[in-house]
Amino acid sequence: MTTVEPIDVENGAGSVEALGTAGTAGAVGNSGTIENTSAIGNTSTIGNTSTISSTHRPGTTHATSDPGSAPLASESGLVVPVGRGDGCPFDPPAGVERVRREQPVARVTLWDGSSCWMVTRHQDVRAVLGDPRFSADATRPGFPFLTAGGREIVANNPTFLRMDDPEHARLRRMLTADFMVKKVEAMRPEVQRIADELLDRMTDGRSAADLVAEFALPLPSLVICLLLGVPYEDHEFFQQRSGILLSLRSRPEDIRTAQQELHAYLVRLAGSKRERPDDAIVSRLVARGELDDDEIASMGRLLLVAGHETTANMTALSTLALLRNPGQMARLRNDPSLIKGAVEELLRYLTIVHNGLPRIATEDVTLGGVTIRAGEGVLCTLNSANRDDEVFPGGDALDVGRDARRHVAFGFGVHQCLGQPLARVELQIALETLLRRLPDLRLDVAFEEIRFRHDMGVYGVYALPVAW
Amino acid sequence: MRVHIDQEKCCGAGSCVLSAPEVFDQREEDGIVVLLDAAPPAELHDAVREAAAICPAAAITVEQVERV
Repeated sequence: MTTVEPIDVENGAGSVEALGTAGTAGAVGNSGTIENTSAIGNTSTIGNTSTISSTHRPGTTHATSDPGSAPLASESGLVVPVGRGDGCPFDPPAGVERVRREQPVARVTLWDGSSCWMVTRHQDVRAVLGDPRFSADATRPGFPFLTAGGREIVANNPTFLRMDDPEHARLRRMLTADFMVKKVEAMRPEVQRIADELLDRMTDGRSAADLVAEFALPLPSLVICLLLGVPYEDHEFFQQRSGILLSLRSRPEDIRTAQQELHAYLVRLAGSKRERPDDAIVSRLVARGELDDDEIASMGRLLLVAGHETTANMTALSTLALLRNPGQMARLRNDPSLIKGAVEELLRYLTIVHNGLPRIATEDVTLGGVTIRAGEGVLCTLNSANRDDEVFPGGDALDVGRDARRHVAFGFGVHQCLGQPLARVELQIALETLLRRLPDLRLDVAFEEIRFRHDMGVYGVYALPVAW
Repeated sequence: MRVHIDQEKCCGAGSCVLSAPEVFDQREEDGIVVLLDAAPPAELHDAVREAAAICPAAAITVEQVERV
């Protein structure tokens, strides 16, 4: 999570803008164990499971020209969200990679026929996301949305993900202490215990399972529930709703309903914490007295969705990428001290926030030789930036020994994932434990049968059948 | 080397602490950067430069000081 500033729950088919996950060490330490959560065994996978067409391209035609726009030379002909087609499912879409090589700052067409800029190179993505002249405020006219549903999400109860400083900083700083490095490092024993218990259960008397349902999803889900003070037994409810919020295919009315249900749930939770406080995040936000229950519910939604979708998908997709790169997997197994660097490399290589992070220019800004005018939207594609050869030579290959620390998988700028320290700890523990405890881990279906989440704001796989 | 931080800009992502824990820490109350060593020894210079490079909020600046 990811804490993305996480999941750009806000942009619907979101961009998990980088929140990760969150929480206080104390909260984790003392709360529920897996034993208390009966449903771990066979939870459903994230999101809907409708058919996925990698060539899905909403609104292809009639690129309405946009007034006062860009020189013709920068028109890329690309329609977003961009399908991957038949390309390698770990790589950014070929169309985005072409744009990065040929027109790094390009005009693209959105689903509704409007157009915006796409920024694809590492240095340009960092420049835009790090520049306060590019706003994250989705209420500004012309803000680029990836879907109609994304527009629906920001209509109500926006979170600080879609605000600018100083309001963004004021709200974010209510949470930063919960995710700071030393707090999260102190959670390692608890995360390790959860990982071990999940694997105990998954492997008990069996030799095959869906790794998403039994390990990759429940691990971060349990952790974020402990941090927030959300009862894990409600996970089917909130995972189903977050699946709707993150699907690029959800209808605006379904997004609205899911958002309202999740919001009402979290408002009720805030109320219950007022009656019976604990030391988890929601309760402490209530006790702080600076936010009303609607604001607390919005913040809780951001953390809850971002806190499990991101890390869950990174865990499963990382496992699959290692299984497909057995030399790299063996290297990591033989030298577990590589795990921290390997997680950075997997974050870079896989970049599960695979649609561009949206911003809107508030002033004219020149970038890559073109002028982005005030009021024009920009999508910053993290996945292409993380394959930029100028920063990551040979970046299309997975190399667990690479120094990948400059990746932008958590975003960049003041909105960069709040929960990244937690996401890192969870991923390091999940992958190290998996490789150590299951030396014969392998795919239990043909690679071609794996269903990828092309249609979701957070990329990954719907299920990962493995054997050991 | 002389290191400067800007606590107003800091967004508490913590990547500096992971890169150079001898030089950077986070405030207990809000996770904002704290400078532990404004003039770190030479063996930490690479880590500090990396921390400045990956800081998402450009809150760390590094100044090279000529020794006389």
